[in-house]
Amino acid sequence: MPERRNIRKITGLHVGLALLLFIVAIAVIGPSVSPYEMDATSLEQRLAAPSAMHWLGTDEFGRDVLSRMLNGARSSLVMGFGATLFSVLLGVPLGLAAGYFKGYTDDIIMRVIDVMISIPPVILGLLILSFTPPSLWKTTLAVGLVYVPIMVRLTRSVTLEVCGEEYVQSARARAEYNWYILFSEILPNAWPAIIVESALRVTFAILLGAALSFLGLGVQPPASDWGLMIAEARPFIASAPWIACAPGIALCLTVMAINLIGDGLRERLDPRLNRSRA
Amino acid sequence: MLEYVIKRLCYVVATLLVMSVLIFLITQIMPGNIAHLILGDFASPADIATLEAQLGLNDPWYVQYLRWAGAMLHGDMGMSLSMNQPVSGIIWGAVGRSALLAGISIVLVAILGIWLGVYAGVRRGSKSDHAISMITYVNIAIPEFFWAIVIIMLFAGYLRILPATGYASLDEGVWNWMRHLILPVFTLVTGLIAHVSRLTRSSVIDVMNTQYIRAARARGLSEKRVIREHALRNALLPAITVLAIDIGVLMGGVVVAETIFSYPGLGRTLIYAIQHMDLPLLQASMMVVTFVYAMANLSADLLYAFLNPKIRYGRGRDA
Repeated sequence: MPERRNIRKITGLHVGLALLLFIVAIAVIGPSVSPYEMDATSLEQRLAAPSAMHWLGTDEFGRDVLSRMLNGARSSLVMGFGATLFSVLLGVPLGLAAGYFKGYTDDIIMRVIDVMISIPPVILGLLILSFTPPSLWKTTLAVGLVYVPIMVRLTRSVTLEVCGEEYVQSARARAEYNWYILFSEILPNAWPAIIVESALRVTFAILLGAALSFLGLGVQPPASDWGLMIAEARPFIASAPWIACAPGIALCLTVMAINLIGDGLRERLDPRLNRSRA
Repeated sequence: MLEYVIKRLCYVVATLLVMSVLIFLITQIMPGNIAHLILGDFASPADIATLEAQLGLNDPWYVQYLRWAGAMLHGDMGMSLSMNQPVSGIIWGAVGRSALLAGISIVLVAILGIWLGVYAGVRRGSKSDHAISMITYVNIAIPEFFWAIVIIMLFAGYLRILPATGYASLDEGVWNWMRHLILPVFTLVTGLIAHVSRLTRSSVIDVMNTQYIRAARARGLSEKRVIREHALRNALLPAITVLAIDIGVLMGGVVVAETIFSYPGLGRTLIYAIQHMDLPLLQASMMVVTFVYAMANLSADLLYAFLNPKIRYGRGRDA
């Protein structure tokens, strides 16, 4: 059967991308297609089991679980991608500078990073969130800050590697400006490693953000967030398990989708990166 | 090696110094002042002013910091505002119970994670390798707090064989004590075992493809000896690094697990202190967590250096 060979193999990357696209779609249009208002309460419908009226049942206030889930996708994605973006924006320039200028610049940046990396991630997050009222953007920044040192170290080590290459040497010999060498010669070659690492960080950030919301240090009620939903569902896990399971499974699927994409990207972009990641 | 150890120790001291300043400053500017918290809402401004003077709250911040840090170094962590007990008593009891939880977990993660990884790695492509890969792939994606709820539902809700929450001291019977530890430990290790085993697997596969393994096989050594004497030595180095990174993840997990299982450890104390704005308790528990983490990192680094000849003979890790 010759036709069959022409069918492209579906890889984990495709599955992950499709799944993530679906979740992003939910985050974008979820609130407008949700069957009920996210915070519409109903005293008669408290803790109702899944039915035709409420596909995923209702919670302790009679709020529709499906509607809350559709609305909660947004904050998980914002936390995951926002925190990673923040760590890239702060970490990549610092790592480039440390690896390229070497000397004092490198020493100062890396000593600060060494100290930062020895701070337990939870404490760094809690420290930021404990003294001000928590909110989505603060949690996002706190989670992002936790991953800055990793981004700096990674970018620096890639920069050190690339700096030895001939095209960088020749750019230097041409007396190009430093910023030109950094952003036109080094950065394009550092991107693959940074992108692969970022994909991994997004999943960690989603999980950490959800855990902080779960602990009451992230998204605040009555807003809807998957971590927060699980926290609210905790007292009812025996009588109404669907309230906790729906957002829990949604979180797992999101993380798995991004993991699949990350692994796929790693195979495509840089086979050398298969070694252990720090 | 000695130089490396001294350098590492300096980092630890620097980290603790920086963290103590950060923790002190940030908690000092938290909403609500201490005198107000102690005296309650109905205190007169004059009483508050007197107590502020008594506690030295009007001194510049560095004087206050030095007084606080000096007392900490002497083991005096002050009085808890919400529990009216010395903080040190609360903290040390909690540290012991958390150490038990984390200790059992990290040992299980190290043994089971590395064993699973090696088992799958040397059987690359087999059915058992695929099964292990599938299961670990799902496991790393499950948030700890959700997993905890699932196993509470299963073991405490439906099967009713294990307690859902709480802690029993050893005096209440060994079995009773163990029963209360099983679910929290199960929560903590599931994701980490998956993580460690996946990375061990890939490093075993990397090593098995190297020249010297081919050379060892060509010399006619049995597969068992090739793996045990040649592959494992090199494959385990990355596994140790991963374990060190996972200590940080584990500490986050401990905070979550203790909260869910109402386990009276350091993590729950920390969350309690935040929720009740108990400054002395919060400062002390944050310092203790930082200290434990720094120590764990230090020992992981030293173990890594000891096993890695490149560092043992004085060539830096990131040169």
